[in-house]
Amino acid sequence: MKNIILRYRFFLVMAAVTIGLSIINPLAGEKAVDMTLFSFKEMISVLPPIFILLGLLDVWVPRETMIRYMGEGSGAKGILLAIFLGSAAAGPLYGAFPMAAVFMKKGVKFTNVLIFLGAWSTTKIPMFLFELSALGARFAITRLIASMAGIFVIAHLVDKAVDKKEKTVVYKNASEMN
Amino acid sequence: MQTAIFYILAGGLLSLSYINDKGKTKKSLKKAWKALENMLPQLLGIVLLVGVMLAIMNPDTISSLIGSSSGWMGTAIAAIVGAITLIPGFIAFPTAALLLQGGAGYMQIGAFVSSLMMVGVVTMPMEVKYFGKKSTIARNVLAFVYSFAVALLIGKVMGEL
Repeated sequence: MKNIILRYRFFLVMAAVTIGLSIINPLAGEKAVDMTLFSFKEMISVLPPIFILLGLLDVWVPRETMIRYMGEGSGAKGILLAIFLGSAAAGPLYGAFPMAAVFMKKGVKFTNVLIFLGAWSTTKIPMFLFELSALGARFAITRLIASMAGIFVIAHLVDKAVDKKEKTVVYKNASEMN
Repeated sequence: MQTAIFYILAGGLLSLSYINDKGKTKKSLKKAWKALENMLPQLLGIVLLVGVMLAIMNPDTISSLIGSSSGWMGTAIAAIVGAITLIPGFIAFPTAALLLQGGAGYMQIGAFVSSLMMVGVVTMPMEVKYFGKKSTIARNVLAFVYSFAVALLIGKVMGEL
């Protein structure tokens, strides 16, 4: 019981904040509850298939195969796959974290995991189409090109910033998670 | 639409898996549940946080923060607002379009949208759990800095600079 409270402390604090907001400003509180229900619905609808695919990937695809396609020495193939998988994704960035953990468990190269994360964050196809219609082609295409370049630069700089020892810990942690 | 594709894909592969090996399928579903359960506490907290944030930071508030000041100062404010808020894209883009109409420049919008998508201050505790402290901080700081590069490029392309 104590464990559950500890695990859910952030949620409990936020629930208290929401209740507090509703008391101070009922209108804002109502809006907060509306938005929460909305995001919750989004979460419930988007996440199940992602997690099912994650489970299937974990059980069916051998480590050797993942290493061959996206591990050390996978070269351009690994990078393109990382971009494709990230861009084809649906849902908010936090959905990418557990998927990235399975990738690490399966021996995917760290820069490729970071490229996947970058693509998921900013080059998702439906989001791009949305941006195109809301802000115009010139804006959206410029940003897409800039983001693509940025994903590489950031992935490589982060890879440099994290030393080997820390990487080993992160990979070990990821294997133990699933 | 895309969610539907994902359901069909997941459902199809799951059936295929079940036909081939019931035990493995059960194991994969167990893993799926474990992965979800692993992040559920923080996820629920974040959903509430986003709700509170959107209740306080409505388009008017954001507009008064970003729209009023232009130039690099406005860009910096836009990037900071983008970094700390977590707004779903279908709300973010119409908001950005409204900001443009309200007088904000493309540069500020470029910084706002980029840092909104790439930087996640709110989700950092979650990211640390999966990627460790160093990687999480490095990625978010670099993405924040990069949103200024994007703003600069957008400013040039849109003829503001």
